Amino acid sequence: MAERVGVYVCHCGSNIAGMVDCEAVARWAKENVSDVAVSRDYKFMCSSLGQAMIEEDIRKEGLTRVVVAACSPHLHEKTFRRACSNAGLNPYLMQMCNIREHVSWVAQERDPATEKAKSLISAAVARVKRQEPLEPMKVGVNPRTLVVGGGIAGLQATLELADAGYPVVLVERSPSIGGHMAQFDKTFPTLDCSACILTPKMSEAYQHENVTLYSYAELEEVSGSVGAFKVRIRKRARSVREDLCTGCGACIEKCPRKVVDNDFEVGLGYRKAIYMPFPQAVPKIPVIDRENCTWFQRGKCRVCEKMCQPGAIDYDQQDEIIELDVGNIILATGWKLFDCRKIPQYGYGRLANVFTNMEFERLCNAAGPTSGKIVLRDGKTEPRSVAIVHCVGSRDKNHNEHCSAVCCMAALKFGHLVLEKTGAEVYSFYIDMRTNQKMYEEFYCRLLEEGMHFIRGRVAEITDAARMPGEEGKLIIQCEDTLLGRQRRIPVDMVILMGALEPQADAKELGLKCGISCSMAGWYTERHPKLDPVATMTDGVFVAGACQGAKDIPAAVAQGAAAAARVMGMITKGTVEIEPVVASIDEEGCSGCRICNNMCPYNAIEYDAGRNVSRVITALCKGCGTCVAACPAGVITGSHFNNEQIGAEIEGILWDARAAAGRGAAAAV
Amino acid sequence: MKYAFYPGCSLEVNAAAYDVSVRAVARVLGVELVELDDWNCCGATEYFSQDELTACAVIARNLALVEPSMNQLTAPCAACFLNLKKVDRLMAEHPDLGGKINEALAAGGLHYDPGRVRVRHLLEVIHTDVGEEAIKAKVVRPLTGLRVAPYYGCQVVRPYKDVDDPEYPVKMDELFRWLGAEVVDYPVKSHCCGGHMTQISEPEAFELIRRLLQSALEYDTDVIACLCPMCQLNMDAYQSRVNGMFNTSFHIPVLYFTQLLGLALGVPEKDLGFGKEIVSAGPVIHAKLAAC
Amino acid sequence: MSSTTRARKREWVDEVIAETPNGHRLRHCIQCGTCGGSCPNGAEMDYTPRAVFNLIVAGQKDKVLSSNTMWQCVSCYFCTARCPHQIPITDIMYTLKRMAIREGYGRTSDAPALAKAFTHYVDKYGRSFEMGLASRYHLLNRPLAAMKMGGMGFNMFKRGRMALTPSRIRQIDQLQAIIRKARQLGGAS
Repeated sequence: MAERVGVYVCHCGSNIAGMVDCEAVARWAKENVSDVAVSRDYKFMCSSLGQAMIEEDIRKEGLTRVVVAACSPHLHEKTFRRACSNAGLNPYLMQMCNIREHVSWVAQERDPATEKAKSLISAAVARVKRQEPLEPMKVGVNPRTLVVGGGIAGLQATLELADAGYPVVLVERSPSIGGHMAQFDKTFPTLDCSACILTPKMSEAYQHENVTLYSYAELEEVSGSVGAFKVRIRKRARSVREDLCTGCGACIEKCPRKVVDNDFEVGLGYRKAIYMPFPQAVPKIPVIDRENCTWFQRGKCRVCEKMCQPGAIDYDQQDEIIELDVGNIILATGWKLFDCRKIPQYGYGRLANVFTNMEFERLCNAAGPTSGKIVLRDGKTEPRSVAIVHCVGSRDKNHNEHCSAVCCMAALKFGHLVLEKTGAEVYSFYIDMRTNQKMYEEFYCRLLEEGMHFIRGRVAEITDAARMPGEEGKLIIQCEDTLLGRQRRIPVDMVILMGALEPQADAKELGLKCGISCSMAGWYTERHPKLDPVATMTDGVFVAGACQGAKDIPAAVAQGAAAAARVMGMITKGTVEIEPVVASIDEEGCSGCRICNNMCPYNAIEYDAGRNVSRVITALCKGCGTCVAACPAGVITGSHFNNEQIGAEIEGILWDARAAAGRGAAAAV
Repeated sequence: MKYAFYPGCSLEVNAAAYDVSVRAVARVLGVELVELDDWNCCGATEYFSQDELTACAVIARNLALVEPSMNQLTAPCAACFLNLKKVDRLMAEHPDLGGKINEALAAGGLHYDPGRVRVRHLLEVIHTDVGEEAIKAKVVRPLTGLRVAPYYGCQVVRPYKDVDDPEYPVKMDELFRWLGAEVVDYPVKSHCCGGHMTQISEPEAFELIRRLLQSALEYDTDVIACLCPMCQLNMDAYQSRVNGMFNTSFHIPVLYFTQLLGLALGVPEKDLGFGKEIVSAGPVIHAKLAAC
Repeated sequence: MSSTTRARKREWVDEVIAETPNGHRLRHCIQCGTCGGSCPNGAEMDYTPRAVFNLIVAGQKDKVLSSNTMWQCVSCYFCTARCPHQIPITDIMYTLKRMAIREGYGRTSDAPALAKAFTHYVDKYGRSFEMGLASRYHLLNRPLAAMKMGGMGFNMFKRGRMALTPSRIRQIDQLQAIIRKARQLGGAS
């Protein structure tokens, strides 16, 4: 019996109709595409009226298949599948055809756009007629969640989940949790001490009965899917046994090897070869830096071992691999600082008294290398004038096009601290002052009141080449004061570069492991930039904090909590439906060659030695089709994407080529 | 190593010292320079101020003249180098403009396919192609004790950023270190010499020259090494007038980097064009290098 | 989001853009002032390059073309290399120079005369000719400055760095044919 297909062409307001003649397309489908029983166009197919129209046609016209030509299935496939279900049609007998992103938004001219829309609809109709009814599969959700990254966003997510009673595994790459916030001095605009508000959260997470913390550890591999992920974590060898260490610090005190601390103190201070990043580190367990340890490098010393009363030092400790099942994953891997050396005209690394924002955070931190005294690189001279340079590596197509979002406020905070702690004049060189959150603009006004100087102009260069009297021995900031329209040179003692927030260097790699993608810049891509900011295109994987885009602490905390809420929703529901788009093996034809076993990226094919056949584990299969293509006997089928369906789709898309070929053949005869 | 060679107008007369020293150094280093037959002026910055398409066509004639057997063209002058490189890039990136340029070239029976010739500044050829090992092996008279301030100026390092760092270039620094010289690391090495401003408005131009000489002086420079005839002319020939305008007493010789390189390679001074500079380099060089 | 094109009146900014390779980036200017701060002659300019871009977008053609800004440009390319929006600033200055010459502005500077004299010799001999420039440009345009330069010229001459006769290329006919064709294609006289 011939299928009865309904075709629905959406205008999407003017989004599609502005470039595609939707009415003509609908008419054409009815008149020219075989088995099309109903074809309509409508302003907003996703509206309740649009959906009702489809439902009514299914009931009254006896439609057996539905094609919706509208936007991306990412946005509305679920909507139209539900409409079909409501009218009693199996939802997998509906096919969406993307004539917005694939046609109207990328086309320049109306006629070819309209023709392309016809081709795509022809393909969808050809395909949908060969689709089969499928039933979604239900999978239980493992209540345990993996959180990657122990900065403020990850901590917030961890605590929300743990407090709600669910088990959390928190993985942190550094020896301590806390992230960048642990390095900061004050937080804007309230000026409360960063450590004072952060450290309670750190110890709470560590002591929480529902939290398992793996620090100095990294996520190595992820398999499975939403509700039932399998993850592999590599816990790097600390060379200190966590079960025995009491955190007394004797080993650190007596360690004879001092090294520059390029991590926590960003090169301004020292640490030992056995160290904790900072006094309030969590866990309070040291780690041996094997690259710098005398014992590891030269085979002598072992002082820490002698000093350790509980005998926790273990030079032979190996990396540990931990394998776990989790239901959901939250990535909160944060950001890294722009390398200010990439802008040589600012002199960082060449001119001693040019500092980065992170260096300055440590410099004015009471627990930092100068005990909070703001001094020049010589460690003693207080600056009499300080320049703060905005947008270093941000808003710059040569480096990062984005605005780093936090620097304007951080610059105001720095200005306040300099004014408070020294008698120095402070100059801020900005392009646009961006203070658009609660109490931020008020803070800007406060700094105006406090006498900070604001010069609107991106700094052109920072030099020690004096040109005029008064410039000798100073760092000269050269810029255009754009509000005056004149070039200015301002000599100062100290410069702070507000370096950009950048995506982590290995963000793409980690994203790939979890099956999520990054923007061109390297930030994780959320499912929807406005309406679904913490979910991703992969079910069960969420993002929070600055790994999704540069943001400040309140925004990172909000996202951490939001991601946790989304995960809790999944856990509370208990099961998730997963797409029944999976592979199946016809055991009759399987020769047991096992080629597919190794090809499967999800380890979803098992081998039954007794019967010498391979079998797909449906719960793990993601329907990627690798095995289908690899099977030498051709006995693996991918449901919803079988050869017949894809062949029909291709034939459908080439409808006009076929017609032309037919005419050509006729002419030849 | 074989390159098509575009000397440029300055090297014929006012930068004759650059010309002879480039050729002498190339001989010693085994770099074969095949002078472009019947090359014409690159138009400097002036032609672009008049008529862009014609400027491009005039420059492109030189690219078209490069023999088919060769794919690299080197120029010692910064302006010539940039103009040749820029037209090659413009033709590649803007096919419309490239088409018009070729249409103009066709009127002279010529044609140029963008990308066919790679335009290199002489510094790249010596620093990168000949390289550290070969140069060090041929140094017979190290420049020990001589404080050389490498001056890069603008158009070799900007706007294209692939020759060296556009702000803080280092290739000439490295070269002089290989030659045993004390390299002056001063902050204005890629700043502007004033270019054609000396011809238009002296107060502005002389101020720019003053800044360079001032910084070189502060860093205790014996000699400035440059890689462009215009830079050399501005800092050398105008030095006494700069002194007059600012009541300063600069006396810093300005040489082409190839002259100092030639010296280190053992080429006799008379074959390197010494003595053509206005601020004589002889005394300081002889004093500093006498010991060796 | 739809990419329907609407007909917009062609403004002066469009002409500047059309005449400059990658000139459309002028529209990306965020008025940060990196160019104005970087310019070695920025202090001498009537308007900084940044201000000029704002004037161009605002259609203030007369103000821009009668200013000295582009004539102060020495093509050091600092602005171009540093511009966070990769605007070809130096090339826009060239465009403004050409426009100013074409439309009879540019009397605020000797630069147009120098450009004219220089190209004259290139067209005539295929090579530049410094002695010719000295007479044709300096004596005609700035006799006083030429006097002051006399001493320097003598020093140059003494060291063999000045020639009395021009150098010429062999195939000047070929070059001139190319120049004629280019002028014709470019619509210049």
